[in-house]
Amino acid sequence: MATSTVSRARRPAPKVRRPEQRVRRQLATSPWLFAAPGLLIAGAFILYPFVSTLVNAFTDRRTLIPGRFVGLANFRELLNDDMFWIGLRNSTLYVVGVVPALVVLPLLLALLVQKNIPGITFFRSAFYTPVVASIVVVGLIWVWLLDERGLVNSLLEAIGVGRVGFLSDQWLLLSSAMAVTVWKGLGYYMIIYLAALANVPRELHEAAAVDGAGAVRRFLTVTVPAVRSTMVLVGALSSVAAFKVFSEVYLMAGPSGGPAGEDTTLVMLVQRTGTGLTGRVGYASAISVVVFVVTVALMLLVLRADRRDES
Amino acid sequence: MSVLEKVRPAASRPAVAREPRVTDEHGRRVRAGELVLRYLLLLAVLALTVGPFLWQLSTSLKGPTEDIFSSPPKFLPGDPTLHNYERVADTIPVWDYALNSLKVATANVVTNCAGSALAGYALARLRYRGRRAATLAFVLAMLVPVEGIIIAQFTTMRELGLNNTLIGVILPGCIGAMNVLLMRNAFLNLPYEIEEAAYVDGADVWQRFLRIALPSVKGTVAVVAIFAFMGAWDDFLWPLIVLSDPSKFTLTIGLNYLHGTFAGDERLVAAGTIIAVAPLIALFACLQRYFFRGVGEGAVKG
Repeated sequence: MATSTVSRARRPAPKVRRPEQRVRRQLATSPWLFAAPGLLIAGAFILYPFVSTLVNAFTDRRTLIPGRFVGLANFRELLNDDMFWIGLRNSTLYVVGVVPALVVLPLLLALLVQKNIPGITFFRSAFYTPVVASIVVVGLIWVWLLDERGLVNSLLEAIGVGRVGFLSDQWLLLSSAMAVTVWKGLGYYMIIYLAALANVPRELHEAAAVDGAGAVRRFLTVTVPAVRSTMVLVGALSSVAAFKVFSEVYLMAGPSGGPAGEDTTLVMLVQRTGTGLTGRVGYASAISVVVFVVTVALMLLVLRADRRDES
Repeated sequence: MSVLEKVRPAASRPAVAREPRVTDEHGRRVRAGELVLRYLLLLAVLALTVGPFLWQLSTSLKGPTEDIFSSPPKFLPGDPTLHNYERVADTIPVWDYALNSLKVATANVVTNCAGSALAGYALARLRYRGRRAATLAFVLAMLVPVEGIIIAQFTTMRELGLNNTLIGVILPGCIGAMNVLLMRNAFLNLPYEIEEAAYVDGADVWQRFLRIALPSVKGTVAVVAIFAFMGAWDDFLWPLIVLSDPSKFTLTIGLNYLHGTFAGDERLVAAGTIIAVAPLIALFACLQRYFFRGVGEGAVKG
């Protein structure tokens, strides 16, 4: 989206230029009046904090103490900080665990709700409900469902599996949080896929059917190639979001990140080290820089993979 | 064009109701076996996606004497009561929190609609030195991951003396860069001829913006409004960082506080979550068409 918006600004249709120029003479200051509030907010609360994060990462700034320049000391400390490696591990695992599910499952769901059978609008809306609900509500609902005595365990006991400590074991807890992320994201990506599926020419399916391809075969040879670029988009969006996960894990594992902090993610670590009266702003900024670098790298990786497939 | 319109081009076709046969979007008959399988799958997914909300609702309606941990589980409350909703209000000022959330969300809707429409118009329709730089600033702002800059946002807010205030909660997201670019694209898609006519008639730039351009992009404004409301009502990380005084909490932070302090009583937490989610589900039910359009416009044009 970014590239298309910029490039479109560069080539205005020639016939519109004249009235626009007259407008400029008429009211020289108003364009900036129009753009000023937006620029002010974006500048003061997004771009300035971004730059100051980059600067703070090289200082020992604390919440109440202005920082001194310390060079790469924060980053050197990161390398020896067990908690940082735990956070990096968990955030990376999150991408690995969540992204494949969010690329594939919503596509299958979109195929399920694509056909216009009676009541389908209701189902589409209902499947979107988890997207609308606040992450806090979603987190608390699942904490209750996965509780030692909660619904899921009651059902598991009723069918003879026995109770499982979803929220007490470090790995089960992380997997449960991933499942919740997938559960909440399904509807959102389903709608994106629905829009893509609507553009797949029906003739392709018919041609494949005439050739004797079954449903699975048609899915693999017609549907998947047709929505491939959407799959890449979903992969990019979901991997960046998954790496920055905070709320699900924070709510399910608690502020300290589960047993011995083993479920801490990178953004949880940023929040924990950087806030409060003794917050280490400089150190938290260094972790933030790692978050930036990895998310940009993830984007590039996914987009590269896309381009290589095409050639 | 909305996603749903694309997906079901013949939505208003009444044939389905009259004929016993079910046909798909191309008028072809759907086989009964396939249809049954489809509905079974749909119902299974329905249970998975909506079931947890209903279970929460059921828990919130169960009285103090009812066993909420029974196995096999009891899906319907034996003696439904609203008592937990009263108790949650005794435990935390849940209605004050809801009011705070409402203030934040309403402010966000107003500032986002006004601010992004103004800026979007400036980027799409006005010509001046530095327009490309302004566009670039919004694109960059859109790309910056919020999770990475929260600490710096927090220190910025402290420097402004706005920590622990609702203004502080509102400000960083009050004119989203994404919304500005959405509005810009909407204005770009309008034909110039209409505004030109108004210009010839002597309308100045504000008149053309307010009377002609803005009414023509109402759909996009609605999308911005809905997502601004939902984003503000649902936000968790930023209010968690900026608010420290429990009397100023928004609903999401208040719920987390309730959960942390009174984790023992699931009925209370359940009632709290239902209070938080009910308005959004109601809003969504009324405006679902715009929601789907918003997702389509926000992500598919990539």
